[in-house]
Amino acid sequence: MRLGLLLLIGAVVLASESLHGQAAAAPAGNAETGKKLFVERACWQCHGLAAQGGGIAGPRLAGRVPGWPAFSRYVRRPTEEMIPYSTKTLSDAELADIYAWLRAIPAPPAISSIPQLNRK
Amino acid sequence: MANDATSQMDRRGFLKGAAAGAAGAAAMTVPGVAPVEAEAQLPDQARPAFTPEQAAQALAPETAPLPDEPDGMTVVDPGSDFMVDVLRTLDFEYVIANPASSFRGLHESFINYGGNRSPEWLTCAHEQAAVNIANGYYAVAGKPMAVITFAPSGLHHAMMGIFGAFSAHTPTYILVANILDGKERRPAFDWGPHSVVDPAGAVRDMVKWDDTPQSLQHFAESAVRAYKMAMTEPRGPVVLVVDATLQENPTGDRSKLHIPKLTLTSPPAGDAGAVAEVAKLLVAAEGPLIIAGDVARNEDGMRLLVELAETLQAPVQGGGRGMPNQHPLSGGGNVRTADVILALNEDGLYGRLNRYRDQQVRSSTPLTKPDAKVISISSYDLYMKGNYQTVERFQEVSMSIAGDPQATLPSLIEACKKLITPDRRRVMDERGKRLAAASAEALERARLECTYGWDSSPITLQRLALEVWDVIRDKDWASVGGGANRLWNVDKFYRTMGAVNGGGIGGSLSIAIGAALAHKKQGRFCVRFQPDGDMLYVNSALWTATHHRIPMLFVMQNNRAYHQEVMHLQRMANRRQRGMAVAHAGLTGSTISDPNIDFAQMARSMGAYAEGPISNPKDLRPALLRAVERVEKGEVALLDTLTQPR
Repeated sequence: MRLGLLLLIGAVVLASESLHGQAAAAPAGNAETGKKLFVERACWQCHGLAAQGGGIAGPRLAGRVPGWPAFSRYVRRPTEEMIPYSTKTLSDAELADIYAWLRAIPAPPAISSIPQLNRK
Repeated sequence: MANDATSQMDRRGFLKGAAAGAAGAAAMTVPGVAPVEAEAQLPDQARPAFTPEQAAQALAPETAPLPDEPDGMTVVDPGSDFMVDVLRTLDFEYVIANPASSFRGLHESFINYGGNRSPEWLTCAHEQAAVNIANGYYAVAGKPMAVITFAPSGLHHAMMGIFGAFSAHTPTYILVANILDGKERRPAFDWGPHSVVDPAGAVRDMVKWDDTPQSLQHFAESAVRAYKMAMTEPRGPVVLVVDATLQENPTGDRSKLHIPKLTLTSPPAGDAGAVAEVAKLLVAAEGPLIIAGDVARNEDGMRLLVELAETLQAPVQGGGRGMPNQHPLSGGGNVRTADVILALNEDGLYGRLNRYRDQQVRSSTPLTKPDAKVISISSYDLYMKGNYQTVERFQEVSMSIAGDPQATLPSLIEACKKLITPDRRRVMDERGKRLAAASAEALERARLECTYGWDSSPITLQRLALEVWDVIRDKDWASVGGGANRLWNVDKFYRTMGAVNGGGIGGSLSIAIGAALAHKKQGRFCVRFQPDGDMLYVNSALWTATHHRIPMLFVMQNNRAYHQEVMHLQRMANRRQRGMAVAHAGLTGSTISDPNIDFAQMARSMGAYAEGPISNPKDLRPALLRAVERVEKGEVALLDTLTQPR
């Protein structure tokens, strides 16, 4: 998948988030279970084990998880290249767990704390 | 007699004599008489008593004057010497091969007659690797390497590399030895009966030109013609079948042979009237976008692409090695908003201008504005084959100009400059400022992206790329494949390789080695990000790198899977709503584990310096520094790093 397309996906997701905001609250999920499910249900295959994305397949999710309505809608009915997940392969409760984990991923180290990113 | 004599000999004398007799038997046996060397080992009392007549009879064949070589025992002017002279006029720096008896004549001529210089012989353990090393060499050197192989087996091994050359318009020059004449074939135990009536036919659908010379003069002309055809835009691989008998028979009267002078064909520039029309559209455009494929052949090509972009203050997407990746106009723009799109040698245009969805029902929709003008300047329209296809769906365009982009750019730039009024200049400069700001933001975003998963194990690809960049950034570096991201400052033409293809997975390792060879004399530091799946195809190429002292650093992207296939299988499983129980491990048939492969040990077995597996990102930098030190001493180094797949 081309990088431009990925950025587009991100833009669509983020735009959707801004429309919906947090109006529809996410169902309660277990972040610890969600972390396991993120691996077991193959999300990591495209988005990376830390949901860091990579530019070749799935975009980064860590640090920019959209609101629940946009997120859950996209997982069920992706408008771009993403592999769709039906409720048969990933229940709403499981998706909520994954969502909880994505929301709970700690912030990465600051750019200023990484010497390799600051050399001129 | 022998039995009697043996009984009287000491054991050591008997064995020594028997061995010598056996070794010399084929050449020295006289009917009814013991082999001379064996006899010489016999003690005096065991020597047979010959009459003078018998002795004279036995010695006669050895003392008679030599006949005038009725069977043609030697040759002073083999045809392959002439072939070497022909090939030397084509300025090959290297010839590469896995040795084979069908070209033993040519091989010997290169080494002893040609002195193994210009070209120098490179030894390879597999023909696919040989062709791909040549493909990679061209991608940097800009001129072909000669490959020698034979029909049928070697050519069949080489086919994937040839397909890669065909796909990437690489002018690899392939000599295929064959023994066509049935009476000249050697016995089966010597692999002599293998022959192909039309060996080039096996690859004719993916080479630009081939020939099977029937005489040395024919060889000379076709060798020069093949080179010329390969290097004419659009470039492509060529095959010359070299008959073994022609190699080994005498040349004869050299004064009757002529080696034609090579004059390369200049690349075709686009039609002047059409170029003027393109210039009008570009200058008038509010949102021009340049989509560049493999445009530049050299630094001058990069300079021209940059000049066009700066003249118009237009963004450039793609560009391979034609556009410095951190230039303010590099990577920006948007297909959706562009009103004039200029595509230069872009053979993936459909994919760039359409949104494709690989769901159960595959679909694609245009991304461009309905009234957008799409212009193509491409040499690829001048040449296409039907059987092996590497084209996407057909892309409609508004204007199509057959021509080499690099050759066309000077007139296009000139035409644009003449049309730019002060008003248009102001508009363009404003656009340039916006694009420069967006480019700076994109670079900052790329830095931020690296921080996510920074300490993850397996190592993220972003961190791997950044750690490598951090140890090479102050060197005169060249990427010979994969891994480099936007944070690498690709500021010169030679920093990356441009279009090069190995015919699918399995070719990249060899391509990297060929590219590093081309960089060697400039002393550039070469680094290659090496996927594990690709490494497993023809890893013997590593030995060619160590054997020929081609310094380079391999950093593995070892995800222990054919991960693209893992994702494809997951797509199938999701679509069919099953298989989630094994999703985390990748589906059967797409992983490379149990047992895990020790790539460091593999590399060491072929003479490389190697470390790994490395899974902790904190261990990366010290390992990289050790490996860099070895490469700078002229060695091949490999770090087996365990990475995340994407």
